[in-house]
Amino acid sequence: MDRIFNILIVGVGGQGIILASDIASKAAALAGFDSKKSEIHGMSQRGGSVFSHVRYGSKVYSPVIPLRQTDILVSLEEMETVRWADFCSKDTIIILAKNRVAMPESKDYPENIEEALKKTFKNIITVDPKEIVQKIGKPKFFNVALLGAVSNYTKIDEPSWKKAIEEEVPAGAFDENWNAFSIGKSAIK
Amino acid sequence: MSANIVKKFLSGNEAISVGAYNAGCSVGTGYPGTPSTEILENFCKYDDVYSEWSVNEKVALEVGLGASLAGARTLVTMKHVGVNVAADPLFTAAYTGIKGGLVIVSADDPNLHSSQNEQDNRNYAKAAKIPALEPSDSQEAYDFTKLAFEISEKFDTPVFLRTTTRIAHSKGTAEYVDSREVLKHREFERNPKKYVMVPAFARERHFVVEDRIKLLAEYAETLDINKVEISNSKIGFITSGISYNYVKESYPDASFLKLGMIYPLPKKKISDFINKMDKVYIVEELDPFFETEIRSYGFTNVEGKRLFPITGEFSPDLIKSAITGEKVENYNIGVKVPPRLPALCPGCPHRTIFGMLRKYSPIITGDIGCYTLGVMPPFDSLDTCVDMGASITVAHGIDIVDNKRKIVSVIGDSTFAHSGITGLINAAYNKRNILVIVLDNGTTAMTGMQPNPFTGETIKREETFSLDYGKLAEAVGIDSDNFATVDAYKPVEVEAALSKLTKTKKLSLLVIKGPCVILKGKKKK
Repeated sequence: MDRIFNILIVGVGGQGIILASDIASKAAALAGFDSKKSEIHGMSQRGGSVFSHVRYGSKVYSPVIPLRQTDILVSLEEMETVRWADFCSKDTIIILAKNRVAMPESKDYPENIEEALKKTFKNIITVDPKEIVQKIGKPKFFNVALLGAVSNYTKIDEPSWKKAIEEEVPAGAFDENWNAFSIGKSAIK
Repeated sequence: MSANIVKKFLSGNEAISVGAYNAGCSVGTGYPGTPSTEILENFCKYDDVYSEWSVNEKVALEVGLGASLAGARTLVTMKHVGVNVAADPLFTAAYTGIKGGLVIVSADDPNLHSSQNEQDNRNYAKAAKIPALEPSDSQEAYDFTKLAFEISEKFDTPVFLRTTTRIAHSKGTAEYVDSREVLKHREFERNPKKYVMVPAFARERHFVVEDRIKLLAEYAETLDINKVEISNSKIGFITSGISYNYVKESYPDASFLKLGMIYPLPKKKISDFINKMDKVYIVEELDPFFETEIRSYGFTNVEGKRLFPITGEFSPDLIKSAITGEKVENYNIGVKVPPRLPALCPGCPHRTIFGMLRKYSPIITGDIGCYTLGVMPPFDSLDTCVDMGASITVAHGIDIVDNKRKIVSVIGDSTFAHSGITGLINAAYNKRNILVIVLDNGTTAMTGMQPNPFTGETIKREETFSLDYGKLAEAVGIDSDNFATVDAYKPVEVEAALSKLTKTKKLSLLVIKGPCVILKGKKKK
């Protein structure tokens, strides 16, 4: 049985994690893979951590990624990267957006996260959200720009990504999303 | 012949909705509850079905039973704790049986992602003596929904379709023939001995129920969704639902008995399987439901809850480490990450009241919804939360004993309609003097913005009658001095009303209106 490819997308509510994982999992399905994704909706997501597991291959059983088996971790929030670290191996590609979302009830945001992560993980790609947003125009397409970066490492063909974006984003928003995807693909490596 | 086979990427909930539609189901009822909500939200999009958000789950099941007795294939959806509310009609619907297939979805929530308890509703199937199916992915969610309607009509019984959060909200591919079954016209026919459950008739129906469950147990032996996969005779797993996929991930080469029908169980099939294996692990989230039954067969080569936890969700890693004793070590990153606790949304108009409440009342009883988050810092403004509607009734109870202080209960609009009103009537009838505060945000927000009897819209967003708080208060017996409606965005008015109504010695009702900020944002788009 071939290996399953695992993408874990994490961050906090409102960053477009569910949409990004809807696109990625559908793109994998459209590309002909068996694809599954899993996340949690409801109370714990009001202001809480948000995550979504995307898995594809010739046959996928568990919709949840086993520990250490993530191929790409896409983190839209610095601190959240650490929370999901155990799902990564030392070789996992970590796309780390340098975003900090403060917690309303706690002032202590941990420092030196990137440096600490680099001691354990060797494939960290840091992304400056400001720089990317400047290129794509609007912050709300940042999640899709990161998918562009993800697409550099997957076996999902471009037409499948395109079709998935078409089907998942609101009508009329395709062009801007596709533009963000393409910019992310070339700018983040 | 090439039938119209489609391949869709669906969540478990979406797959159940399509499965019901293609089974010819024409009536869907339910009450919103995570993780069941999206089933009806999808089902209501079909033009040729009737669907409704009912006031609560008991009502939903009774409406569903009526529709079934009139001949329609009917889907009733709710979360696990909703079945507690619907338990009354459930147990007797098992006696009346059905006419059009009646499928009840019970969406359980292991790990309490969005619930007040972690109950295992497989126990309800056994207690109510109705068959239950449990899918393990979106494909099976589709297939088993269709099969559930068939079983329902074949055996004249309501059928439980039990899902869990990881099935309901995970997505996967489902392949199916996309056509809707055409059913012949049926209508309600009198049959008092079957449908009027007075003791004389119900006594007879109980025999039918007992005979039926025996027939279903025989049927379970032949049913191919109770699937045996033999690959070796060393280790076997008996499992169902999402656990099957977790085990399959960790032990792809083991033998399996995967139970698609989780009640009643196929004793012979299970025994044959165990007899072939050196050792059998029974892997099931929550209660030892299979294990208790299987141990009663007398097997000694089985393992279950001695190894696997009775609380929380499983994962491929948890199952592996329960069996091998080996654990994946946590990394030592050297950065401490504080938990992100859920909180009332920034900008929620109902944050204001939680900032004030403690000043006015030492005891604040809460209810089920977003505002339960009033218990979190910085508010710390709830003292109890039990079940839908219990803010009012628990306040009532406390007030009987601790009547020197003004007890305040806080409840949302949808929850108030669900089962708060009965408590309010009870408080008025029994002359209690609590203050009931309804935080009306114009929607059922926590479950994703469903309309309710106070919002003036049906599930299909058609205009409808909107329940009037003032008239309700008057009818219940709250005089106009002790009733007020205020705007959440006017804190001075909120505070004045709060100050006044916490001083009265009578039952009072304060409605604070402030639309949900998420809903407002959505409407702008």
